[in-house]
Amino acid sequence: MAINSATAYLDNAATTAMVPEAVLAMSQQLSKVGNASSLHAAGRSARKVVEESREAIADAVGASPSEVIFTASGTEANNLALKGFYWHRLAEGRNVIATSPIEHHAILDPLEWLVDHENAKWLELDVDQNGQVLIEGAEKKIKEVANSISLISIMHSNNEVGSVQHVGEIAAIAGELDLPIHTDAVQSFGKIPLSFRELNVTAMSLSAHKIGGPLGIGALVLKKGLDLTPVLHGGGQERDLRSGTLDTPAIAGFAAAATIAIAELNSRAARVRKLRERLISGVLAKVENTSVNSAKDHLPGIAHFTFEGAEGDALLLLLDAQGVQCSTGSACSAGVPRPSHVLLAMGMNDKRAKSSLRFSIGPSTTEADIDLVISVIAPVVERARAAGLV
Amino acid sequence: MKVIAAMSGGVDSAVAAARAVEAGHEVIGVHLALSANPQKYRSGARGCCTVEDSHDARRVADIIGIPFYIWDMASEFHEAVVDNFISEYSIGRTPNPCLRCNEKIKFAAVLNRARAMGYEKVVTGHYAKVVDSPTGPMLNRANDPEKDQSYVLAVLTQDQIAGAMFPLGDTHKVDVRAEAQARGFALAQKPDSHDICFVPSGDNAGWLRERLGSESGSILDEHGKKLGSHKGAYTYTIGQRKGLNLTVPANDGSPRYVLKIEPLSNTVVVGSHEKLAVSKISGSEIKWCGPVPGNEALRGFAQVRAHGQALPCSYKFDGVNLTAILDEPLYGLAAGQALVIYDGDRVVGSATIDHTDQAIGSSNGS
Repeated sequence: MAINSATAYLDNAATTAMVPEAVLAMSQQLSKVGNASSLHAAGRSARKVVEESREAIADAVGASPSEVIFTASGTEANNLALKGFYWHRLAEGRNVIATSPIEHHAILDPLEWLVDHENAKWLELDVDQNGQVLIEGAEKKIKEVANSISLISIMHSNNEVGSVQHVGEIAAIAGELDLPIHTDAVQSFGKIPLSFRELNVTAMSLSAHKIGGPLGIGALVLKKGLDLTPVLHGGGQERDLRSGTLDTPAIAGFAAAATIAIAELNSRAARVRKLRERLISGVLAKVENTSVNSAKDHLPGIAHFTFEGAEGDALLLLLDAQGVQCSTGSACSAGVPRPSHVLLAMGMNDKRAKSSLRFSIGPSTTEADIDLVISVIAPVVERARAAGLV
Repeated sequence: MKVIAAMSGGVDSAVAAARAVEAGHEVIGVHLALSANPQKYRSGARGCCTVEDSHDARRVADIIGIPFYIWDMASEFHEAVVDNFISEYSIGRTPNPCLRCNEKIKFAAVLNRARAMGYEKVVTGHYAKVVDSPTGPMLNRANDPEKDQSYVLAVLTQDQIAGAMFPLGDTHKVDVRAEAQARGFALAQKPDSHDICFVPSGDNAGWLRERLGSESGSILDEHGKKLGSHKGAYTYTIGQRKGLNLTVPANDGSPRYVLKIEPLSNTVVVGSHEKLAVSKISGSEIKWCGPVPGNEALRGFAQVRAHGQALPCSYKFDGVNLTAILDEPLYGLAAGQALVIYDGDRVVGSATIDHTDQAIGSSNGS
């Protein structure tokens, strides 16, 4: 294999390149002074930017501006939702959190922490082999312990295999039982139609850097009139739910990226979907004993493969050397690659789970990127398979 | 050449990787995760493979501009090295896990994987030299006698040696540290690792007791008279003098040493220093680092410990066993350790010691 000078960034589910509009909006704010909580002119000017941005993001996600609470990340939004609801409703004797086992670590880890330190109980809602929560089973389990449930949290779409969940159906069950429901929509926002209002969920997590916005800014969309116990205490910003000086430049960048993402959602999705199809048919034509892990409803940009007999981390190393940047999708616990909890929950064995690789396509992906993968994949998989046999 | 640099997060492997890059090789850094539950931080000079070590290795990879990955070798390491360590001790032998790791992990599991993926060699920070010869690559001692690690590499076959690159073989440790400093590696002053990496507490005996039990047994003299008791025969090693806690002093007041370990009866036999004398050593599981010698007796040097002396000897390979006859006896030698034969600075090969001519018991380990 010759070393290619070309590179293909196919890890857009991890993070994306910032769109020029977001760079501009952000950099315009970086040189300005003003704390959005200050009362003087500089403060008012920053506040104006924050509130216009809040309105734009609310508009993009089908919520009211007052429902948008800025956080420093999607992870923080998830922590605020889980811990905030848990602590707030504990007095009512509610200590059960219902989630699927394929949630992002930013849900599963705070949940595990609550279980270990705060006596929370996990109600696990099973998923099928395509990575979708089984609605009937979930309904039965939820109804059995409805009086103890603090919160239901189901991701809108999965970050590894891209399966889109039937959150609306689960929200209807939650609504019937008057239970709060949160959805981690970090992967869906800006990629598939998403409306906080129509989905009728209680809370929703968003992140800017997955849609061409800056790192370090996210939001929890939370229904009006609801109270949570804050995780961060301080100056009382963001409805007293999330203290900390508002990051005006990042918020401006987030709003610019969100606005573009929604305006171009259909055209981007169509393009990305086509690239995904090109990648899948190209790879399957080149490599035998390979399967695609996908639900019928899936994100347009995620192509998740299992290459039998080839370890994901060997594939990743070899592809990286060829300029192709993708992901095994699994979390690195203590730096050691482990089989993905998502794939294991979908019923895959350790070996197959470790033989998987995620390519995530974004608006900046080109046909040349896809063709680079297709041109190098066969010898890469062959080598990784040989390495798996030693 | 495309090579994989095994980067532990220590000074030596960091400088070795940097030198490989400067020599023009296409280098990929790999940190081996050898424990499924790594400790977060190093404590002093003990152990390795902590999360902090992998972070240190990654920082060096960033500085020298190479890709960096973590390879999970925990199950291979556990099976080939840790389990072997426990089972050897359980039968009264004294294994050397570093040799085992080089033989089974670094220059087997890692090298084979590297080769399958199109990488020719594994670069490590070992102090040893690979010297080309008409009969293929040879393993030689390093220039720094204090740090020479050829002993723990003497289990490699010529094919494994052909897949090894040791960029530090011609350099003294003090210069390697200075070079790390000059290269801006934050780990330049990190202490060397000692002890056994998977026993982070450094308490070997305690670690073994947790796994093999601590049933007490007798400490006897060579005539069978009870002198004291112990908590697990396998926590002793031949030639050991300290920690015997004998209740009956020797007649002449001279110190006593462990002469023999009998795991079946859980008995430790002690006696005087001269009873530890060994002149004839034989072993099996022979590895030749170069050409296989004929079956005639040859002159060379025997070394039985990582930083032990090279003792003049005659050695002979009968097709099954390797036997060394020392010119002068050595004192205290345990079965399970490696007998390494040198021809000058060249490593001829090694055997795992099964028998010696020690007067009491012969440390046959069975």
